[in-house]
Amino acid sequence: MAFIDYYEILGINKNASADDIKKAYRKLARKHHPDLNPNDKEANKKFQQLNEANEVLSDPEKRKKYDQYGKDWEHADQYEKARQQPGGGNYRSSAGGGQESDFGDDDFSSFFHSMFGGQGGSGGRRQSKYRGQDYNAELKLNLTDAYTTQQQTLTVNGKNVRITIPAGVENGQVIKLKGYGAPGGNGGPAGDLFITFVINNDAKMKRAGNDLFMDTDIDLYAAVLGGETTIETMSGKLKLKVTPGTQNGTQVRLKGKGFPLYKKEGEFGDLFVVFNVKLPVNLTDKQKELFTQLAALK
Amino acid sequence: MENNELIPVYHFCVTHKIELSFIESLQQYGLVETTTIEDQSYFTESQLSAVEKFVRLYYDLDINLEGIEAIGYLLEKLKDIQARNIELQNRLGIYENKKEDLQ
Repeated sequence: MAFIDYYEILGINKNASADDIKKAYRKLARKHHPDLNPNDKEANKKFQQLNEANEVLSDPEKRKKYDQYGKDWEHADQYEKARQQPGGGNYRSSAGGGQESDFGDDDFSSFFHSMFGGQGGSGGRRQSKYRGQDYNAELKLNLTDAYTTQQQTLTVNGKNVRITIPAGVENGQVIKLKGYGAPGGNGGPAGDLFITFVINNDAKMKRAGNDLFMDTDIDLYAAVLGGETTIETMSGKLKLKVTPGTQNGTQVRLKGKGFPLYKKEGEFGDLFVVFNVKLPVNLTDKQKELFTQLAALK
Repeated sequence: MENNELIPVYHFCVTHKIELSFIESLQQYGLVETTTIEDQSYFTESQLSAVEKFVRLYYDLDINLEGIEAIGYLLEKLKDIQARNIELQNRLGIYENKKEDLQ
């Protein structure tokens, strides 16, 4: 467990006054506050560190303990044990008063827990939470899974949440599960759970919005004379006509064979197929002769 | 679906230990819309997270109402830009994969 220098986090020296700490915290909090840095995990992490540092340094009792035992926190535990013997005081009873902290317990480092126990929170207005904190989570899906409506069970804070993921969900799309965030305080509502979908492309085709793009190889003879080719789409195999004289790179559009539209059942984007004409290689003498004859006819 | 359950402003202020005048100021700046029913002011639950955000910005971060108003505009712009960025990244994926195929 690494020692965390709370003074360094707040950019202050050890002699800083309570006012200096407050000013430093507010200045940095304005920079890293999650409200001002939406969807920025780094800022969120930094803000949690700031909170933790402020939690300790703005509380004279905690600061004293931190200053005394900071680098030798393991001894602080022994010290705590000794204090909790009959006749000894209990430090934790004075920290937080059982009120809810701004963030869940997990938002404090293990270093913080070692020093100050599991309960965060200090005096002041913010201890009375009205609505619980929102949670953010990522859910990874394969593109082929996103093609159809999925049922998934997630475990959020020990609770199983069954969710339906409608077909056509986009990479980076966020859905909100109301009431699945942290519990509210003072009888207030729980926060919400925001799930961001991260879609991994496991298919041979590429997606742009609701349209799909794929390449397919055809031989020279089909390209010149016309013919048929079979392609593998998301919904199964499909026979495709190749018109005579098809050029390399020709793109055809198959209407309604693309990706399903989100929450619009039965509606699909388009599939764009690009023909790659493969020239014959390792020609036999006979083939070479025939190509020569063709060239002479030009 | 928009949630239009009404939250009494007084109850909100008592719970958050903030002055009623703060919500009135937010209303004057057009940052929250309140409804008055039988002398009681309410705002809709759909505005709750925004109002709570304003409370945090004002009381925790010492940002005044003019600053909150400006931040509100910028966050809306940021939200649009982030959504557009994701959309463009998704589109760009087609060309990036093609480049990999060629290499």
